[in-house]
Amino acid sequence: MENILLKDKVESLEGYFAAGGYRPLKKALAMKPAEITEEVKRSGLRGRGGAGFPTGLKWSFIPKDAQGPRYLVCNADEGEPGTFKDRELMLKNPHALIEGMAIAGYAIGAGAGYIYIRGEFAAEADLLEREIFAARGKGFIGSNILGSGFSFELYVHRGAGAYICGEETALLESLEGFKGQPRLKPPFPAVKGLFGAPTVINNVETLAAVPAIIEKGGAWYASIGTPKSAGTKLFCVSGPVNKPGVYELPLGVSFKELLEKHCGGLKAGVRLKAVIPGGSSTPVLTAAEAMAAALDYESLAAAGSMLGSGAVIVIPEGQCMVKLLQVLARFYHHESCGQCTPCREGCGWIEKILNRLEEGRGTARDIETLYSAADGMLGRTICPLADAMAMPVMSFVKKFREEFEAHAAGRCCAPEAAGKH
Amino acid sequence: MPFTLTETFKTRAALVCARYPRKDAALIPLLQELQREKGYVAEEAMDALAVFLGLPYSRVKAVVTFYTMFNRVPAGKYHLQVCRNVSCHMAGAPGLLARLREKLGIAEGETTKDGLFTLSAVECLGACGTAPVMQVNDTYFEKLDAGKLDALLEDLRHGRLRAIGR
Repeated sequence: MENILLKDKVESLEGYFAAGGYRPLKKALAMKPAEITEEVKRSGLRGRGGAGFPTGLKWSFIPKDAQGPRYLVCNADEGEPGTFKDRELMLKNPHALIEGMAIAGYAIGAGAGYIYIRGEFAAEADLLEREIFAARGKGFIGSNILGSGFSFELYVHRGAGAYICGEETALLESLEGFKGQPRLKPPFPAVKGLFGAPTVINNVETLAAVPAIIEKGGAWYASIGTPKSAGTKLFCVSGPVNKPGVYELPLGVSFKELLEKHCGGLKAGVRLKAVIPGGSSTPVLTAAEAMAAALDYESLAAAGSMLGSGAVIVIPEGQCMVKLLQVLARFYHHESCGQCTPCREGCGWIEKILNRLEEGRGTARDIETLYSAADGMLGRTICPLADAMAMPVMSFVKKFREEFEAHAAGRCCAPEAAGKH
Repeated sequence: MPFTLTETFKTRAALVCARYPRKDAALIPLLQELQREKGYVAEEAMDALAVFLGLPYSRVKAVVTFYTMFNRVPAGKYHLQVCRNVSCHMAGAPGLLARLREKLGIAEGETTKDGLFTLSAVECLGACGTAPVMQVNDTYFEKLDAGKLDALLEDLRHGRLRAIGR
């Protein structure tokens, strides 16, 4: 199958244009905005940032009669551990994002768009600014685009280091110049978003798929993947495989195919222990569960996990699951914005208990406390960061309980990994 | 010592503010601009920016302390930021950190006496396929190992910060 997103020789505007780029924008501008939203609905495209919400439906939530400005925001705050697809996409095919934003902006009636990119991606932000400048020079961005009467300004806004800003309402707070603390919903951003105006927030990969959908039609896109998980997805694979990296594959591809055919299999001498299939927040799968799993929204939900951002973290035998969970707990505790008590305190408790277990000071009761703390966080906070901590805790403890018990009894479960800690 | 915003800064600030319907939205980009000029954001700089944007000082301070990329004290010429999250952890980040601590004689969060290096352990840098990863100032160094790290440090000691590609 031909790639839709990750293509060669489209880094520059010239290359992108030569490959047929910005034809979809021209086509879109001749359509009615509502027709574009309908086409995206028909495509079955779902949010690629992690939540998997239907994109066309999200666009249609913008109130039809809303007066005043509307905004389109691209979430390029890629920070979910294990995820590195948006970076690759922005480096390799920046104009798919720029064009996708112009089309989406037209569909929702936005006069301006912001790409909120994590601050660490300095080179990628510089590149986007250069390419937006080039696109503006050709009349694809700016006022009266291609003589259509539609105007759309596009700005790059750099984050300053906060995982929580990947949550869409925290991102809006940050974009407005505040601490990135998520907002209570409702009101949803489509009604009251950036600067109080109706706003759509989409992930980089989601927006970059829009030009192809307009060019070839929603039905064509829907024919790729599975009936409910349409299209291609960027899978980012890290861990001890021969060819880690970003792979664009139809949704529904099996983990086994991704690992063996595309990533060249596990490195010599490595045995598979576990897989985190959708970024660090998603429940871990055992090796057997992973080898039987298909990678799409429904299949992974049925397997007890989530597709998330498509970040596939391969964990080999010899890695201590208690240690890995401690690494994750340190991260979530550090990144909790502090707004909700269950998250702020819960992440801290979990980290402390794991520190105890890891240092051989734990007790058998710690395992129950760990699990019940996580259970007490689930679904009890403004945003899903608490869930993102709770889900790995509960799945790690459930599936690798013997390792936690070994730690509670004062032994590391994977002594061969001890020196590598 | 009083802190004055430079004319260059004010000119750039006007352009940045123009991107937003409310100028206080420019707070984070302008803090980044100040950090680019001075290497860190001093208390006095926060105060000057608060006055410039017509914001309470508390708002500026709250933002600076919330986000990890703002340095409130001068960082070394080269800020070594080693990712310690799960993919980098499995690929050997703890060993790289230990090596840096030993070679530089400092712990995470500290700066060498000559002001050349600051060492930090940071969370996921979004480059997990090329783990382990370290960012030096704005530049990513990927697929690191002990040998590459030593060569990189040697380069930096000679004032050369150059990307080595992925």
